[in-house]
Amino acid sequence: METKVKRVLLTGCEASGEGAISAGCRFYAGYPITPQNRFPEYMSVRMEETNGVFLQAESELAAINMVFGAAVAGARAMTSSASPGISLMQEGISYLAGCELPSVIVNMNRGGPGLGDVTPSQSDYFQATRGGGHGDYRMPVLAPWSVQETHDFTYLAFDLADKYRSPVFVLADGLLAQVYESVRLKPRKKRLPKKSWALTGCQGRKPNSIRSLFLTPGVLEAHNWKLQKKFEKMQKEVRYETYACDDAEYLLVSYGSCARIVKEAMDTARKEGLRIGLFRPATLWPFPYEALREILSRVKKVLVVEMSLGQMLDDVRLAAIGTTARIFFYGRPGGGVPDPAEIYQEIRKK
Amino acid sequence: MKSLYQHPKSLTETTTIYCPGCGHGLIQKLIAEVIDELNLREKTVAVAPVGCAVLSYDYFNFDVTEAAHGRAPAVATAIRRVLPDALVFAYQGDGDLAAIGTAEIIHAAARGEHFSVFFVNNATYGMTKGQMAPTTLPGQKTTTSVSGRKTSLHGYPIRIAELLAQLDGASYIERTSTSSLKEIATTKRAIKKAFLCQLNRKGFSLVEILASCPTNWKLSPGDALTWIKKEMESYYPVGVIKDILEIAP
Repeated sequence: METKVKRVLLTGCEASGEGAISAGCRFYAGYPITPQNRFPEYMSVRMEETNGVFLQAESELAAINMVFGAAVAGARAMTSSASPGISLMQEGISYLAGCELPSVIVNMNRGGPGLGDVTPSQSDYFQATRGGGHGDYRMPVLAPWSVQETHDFTYLAFDLADKYRSPVFVLADGLLAQVYESVRLKPRKKRLPKKSWALTGCQGRKPNSIRSLFLTPGVLEAHNWKLQKKFEKMQKEVRYETYACDDAEYLLVSYGSCARIVKEAMDTARKEGLRIGLFRPATLWPFPYEALREILSRVKKVLVVEMSLGQMLDDVRLAAIGTTARIFFYGRPGGGVPDPAEIYQEIRKK
Repeated sequence: MKSLYQHPKSLTETTTIYCPGCGHGLIQKLIAEVIDELNLREKTVAVAPVGCAVLSYDYFNFDVTEAAHGRAPAVATAIRRVLPDALVFAYQGDGDLAAIGTAEIIHAAARGEHFSVFFVNNATYGMTKGQMAPTTLPGQKTTTSVSGRKTSLHGYPIRIAELLAQLDGASYIERTSTSSLKEIATTKRAIKKAFLCQLNRKGFSLVEILASCPTNWKLSPGDALTWIKKEMESYYPVGVIKDILEIAP
């Protein structure tokens, strides 16, 4: 008999939290910040119901280091925040990468720089994909475009984190954080991977240590080369979706909730007979350069749309090297959210 | 023949790279001896944050993690929450605990987290070669207060043990010294008591240990001990500051 998949109405914060719980996460530490306050509120209840640990930290610095400690002890652990809070976590994320600790960080991106505002934005793309903290590191960055994907990608993030012993970043925004959509919940994971490296007390084995400090000459360089090999392996985790690209002469490139808006504008343009498609990266790192290059090599013009003044645009330009596609950009900074008609007008202009 | 003393199992048989007369080697040995006495080496997880303290992960013969500067109490909080049966402690210096990590230590104590902190107060930033610490004494010369700490300019040292004792979540707070054999014996007893506090899930425990840094104080190891006795112990009085274990029925 087929098991019935449960469908529930959730916000992005709640869906992400449920994705974590389905993936076996029983540790959440966070600090309130709009537009993702629902996240710690929800997890304070759900962690108690699932015999997990919920900690309302004294700051984002403490929250990310609580995640560090839980990961050291072998737990599946996460935190969530929004842009200014994520900035405070960058040191911790660098340590998680250097110490190779599996962990999940969700950013419900809001407008910046500085305190900015609390409306949806995509202005943290550089910070997420270029290593917002210090040192030579990379981490997978998943960018959902629906509440369902926010659930699925958070679940996936935990598996990727353990697979590569790495922090994994989910980059959503204030829109996905707060909007309600119907979600098919993933079943709870029954078995979690064993972690022989974790610190649990050294009974029956030699002591383990977790470190990113290597003072002996050459040892840190060797550690960095080892990390680099891991980053190369992560390249195969690339994910993207294409819409109406087969016969496209024109291409839209957008990600996250912005891509949802762009898709509507694309549908309108298609109805009017324009041969236009949409390319949507779902992993921002690794970025789907190869797949995008293949499409760019057969289209005339490309319009990149972001809720920023052009950050993913740099990656599209890298993907376009060797192609003749002309690249245009339309963006809204500071928490501005475009509507489909506005993007449709931009398509017509180019 | 009866063995009177042997190398603690909880210490690796490595030579430390600490300076001659440094307090860290001594204090880490005391912690190791107590863990051996409690027979908990295989249940211990320690947190060693930035500063000379971090090197302890090469000397302790049990599970040790590093932590970012000041964040050891947040890391230790999570470890003890995930591993409720483990013996968890953070080993922090004064720059780490009393400057960059004040928020973390205060809130871990306020939450009454069941782990222990050994706070090594040597009144200077040792690893970075002797800058002024939040615990640097008035008049004490450092590389960032070359003519001595002026309270009118640099403010006053922080008495961490007294500060934390104000918090309801803090159950056992004691300040000890390493200036003499008697003080060292008291320090060892305090370490044990802190561990017993967390093992009985009685809340947060911290031992502030006055320790020497002869290199940065520019004193001989012997004179450094005299300096602890005369200067540090008069500003930072030793003794039990809070102990709810005693008053509990």
